[in-house]
Amino acid sequence: MVRQNTQCAEEVDQVKLSELDRFIDDSRDVKGLLIPALQRAQELFGYLPDAVIRHISGRLDIPFSEVAGVVTFYSFFSTVPRGEHVIRVCLGTACYVRGGQEVLTALRHELGIEVGQTTEDRRFSLEIGRCFGACGLAPVVMVDDDVHQRVKPARIRELLASYREEAHGAQELEADLVPEGAAE
Amino acid sequence: MYNVTINGKSIQVAEGATILDAARQAGISIPTLCFLEHRAPLGACRVCVVEVEGARTLQAACATPVTDNMVVNTNSRRARQSRRTVIDLLLSEHEGNCQYCDRSVDCELKEIAHDLTIEAPEFEGERIPTVLDTSTAALVRDSGKCIKCRRCVTVCNEVQQIGALFPQYRGYDTVVGPAFAMDLDSVACVQCGQCAAVCPVGAISEVGHIEGVWRALDDPEKHVVVQTAPAVRAALGECFGYEPGTLVTGKMVSALREIGFHAVFDTNFTADLTIIEEGTELLMRLKTALTGKAEGYHGPSALPQFTSCSPGWIQFAEYFYPEMLPNLSTCKSPQQMFGALAKTYYAEQAGVDPEKMVVVSVMPCTAKKFEAGRDEMNASGYRDVDYVLTTRELGRMIASAGIDFRSLPDDEMDAPMGLSSGAADIFANSGGVMEAALRTAWELVTGRELPTENLHVEPVAGLVGIKEASLVVTDPLPDWSFLDGVELKVAVAHGLGNTAHLIKEIKSGRREYHFVEIMTCPGGCIGGGGQPRMTTDEIRQKRIAAIYREDEGKDLRKSHLNPQITEIYERYLKAPLGERSHHLLHTKYAARPVT
Ligand code: SF4
Ligand code: SF4
Ligand code: SF4
Repeated sequence: MVRQNTQCAEEVDQVKLSELDRFIDDSRDVKGLLIPALQRAQELFGYLPDAVIRHISGRLDIPFSEVAGVVTFYSFFSTVPRGEHVIRVCLGTACYVRGGQEVLTALRHELGIEVGQTTEDRRFSLEIGRCFGACGLAPVVMVDDDVHQRVKPARIRELLASYREEAHGAQELEADLVPEGAAE
Repeated sequence: MYNVTINGKSIQVAEGATILDAARQAGISIPTLCFLEHRAPLGACRVCVVEVEGARTLQAACATPVTDNMVVNTNSRRARQSRRTVIDLLLSEHEGNCQYCDRSVDCELKEIAHDLTIEAPEFEGERIPTVLDTSTAALVRDSGKCIKCRRCVTVCNEVQQIGALFPQYRGYDTVVGPAFAMDLDSVACVQCGQCAAVCPVGAISEVGHIEGVWRALDDPEKHVVVQTAPAVRAALGECFGYEPGTLVTGKMVSALREIGFHAVFDTNFTADLTIIEEGTELLMRLKTALTGKAEGYHGPSALPQFTSCSPGWIQFAEYFYPEMLPNLSTCKSPQQMFGALAKTYYAEQAGVDPEKMVVVSVMPCTAKKFEAGRDEMNASGYRDVDYVLTTRELGRMIASAGIDFRSLPDDEMDAPMGLSSGAADIFANSGGVMEAALRTAWELVTGRELPTENLHVEPVAGLVGIKEASLVVTDPLPDWSFLDGVELKVAVAHGLGNTAHLIKEIKSGRREYHFVEIMTCPGGCIGGGGQPRMTTDEIRQKRIAAIYREDEGKDLRKSHLNPQITEIYERYLKAPLGERSHHLLHTKYAARPVT
């Protein structure tokens, strides 16, 4: 049956949405299109916004509850938006050996989130990254496209400060979070 | 045929049967918690495990087909132990409080635990947290009691094709429910209660109205009237140990009087009225379609006309087929017609202030609770129907009033809204509204009685999912000459999955009909979400047969011959589809967003 969707697409990037639709149309013959469609959507939007999940439910004529059942079953799918800045900690062998795990722990504590989560203010998401090819300078942390080398757990706060500042202005920050001479 | 030996008994079993089928055939019961008849077995609950000679592991009886010369032991020590462990584990996480649970009388988990002599907790586990979902007018969901058997998922998704419920999350965190474990009102659910009808435990039940009804009865200011739907009389007896299919109409009336209702009326009366209004509407639509116009008729003219007595179906159309809404009869359901007339017509006759009147319905249905609460259902100037009890709830009220149901004498419903024809009784069965409508419409058009055996329309009766019939009109009365030689085509569907299928056929143009009857629940109202649990096809058949017996036992079998119907038109409504009817008995529908 045709399921109507009236609330979808609100505040959702229409260009990305039509790209998703193109993907669905092109894959019409694929059996079990639901998971590929969700993957494509997550690639496009960075996560699975509610409206996009509903949109997929409507387009594939699969009940919303069933789609949600699949989304919640696989930890790969995320329904929370990623932060403005995505922090990826390399845990490749070189980084691991040279303290990558400690850096990750420090980030988890500093941000108050686990891997795969986003801070409540939506400023940062924390992920594990693949090797960035900078092993000689391990441990490496990438923030968006910036590569930070030889990161020390003790200097995490400093490292984050520049991103906190840059996006939202110093007045929003708690004083003790603004280190002097931040950045690299 | 295969030779199968079960617990030493040798039997012949059809190929393709499962061990569970074979055991039932041999009169041996194997407990199950996830099994549902006619549905592919899930083998999820593992309660039905049995020993099969030659197999290393225990087999799930519901999912294992028999083979020739199979030897099965359903009761070996290993099978018993395994079953016990499964139940022990379920109980260890179950938020069990049987003494406060509405399922304590018919809970399948409790019964199996009892039969397996489980007397003390075996494991200490973390309890599943209780989250109550009271978001809808009809249903309450209690996550702490859910054993994740998924019967509700199967029914909602496969039988009703709504898909409101699915397992969400994984592992210990799994919850069975709407998307992201949100409340039921956040998805398209039609509140049919078929999920509640199959749930083995107290995890889905109706929103209780018993307390409200007692409060009204205890209030000396209030005049409390009750109406009972046709399907209730064929099932209420089951709450008091009667065989399914026992008619208890007379005892039910006595019980309602003992409970203290001031007047006991019949939804059947407004079922008869529905036939007059809806039949006239159909003839007007036909006239408009065939002749271009019908004087004095201003309603919709789309064909086929669909029946509109089943509130789950109405919501289904509003959600999924808004383009079909002009095809729905504008008639309110008999429950709502009754409410609107009780607080106007009856109030006037009895000299009762409608403000002080409380209208209670007894319904086989959960969706009726939702229907009674729809904004527009206040044609009388008040809430037309105040409380809706399910058949199950009435059973509990009777018990709590200390009434010995089985020893009650038979009594009769009150005038002026208590008399009904056999045509009204059969509203309870799939195909019944169609048959009732044809009995009257045929006679109105031709002046002759419907020319079928015993007034039944056999092809639209029974449990087949989609049924059709056609009748060629011959020698109509002069007013209806435009129908001469017309082949009237009708169809009947029950269960919303079948309904979706039928609508697809109609929309594609592959099928054409003039009139279509839809009932939300499999079998019709006799299989409603508010009926005593657990409704199987065998029980459906028995209730259906009982309803036909009730019909055949009456002299009055056609709605238009009901003298109380004649009276209400003479004294109050004047004419079918007239001004008052339009205001009190007809309604409008509106599309609902799905998500
Ligand atoms: S669901 Fe069954 S076992 Fe659980 S509390 Fe209710 S009656 Fe008891
Ligand atoms: S009431 Fe009907 S539609 Fe709603 S969840 Fe239950 S089975 Fe599905
Ligand atoms: S709500 Fe009832 S039917 Fe549905 S999974 Fe839970 S226990 Fe089973």
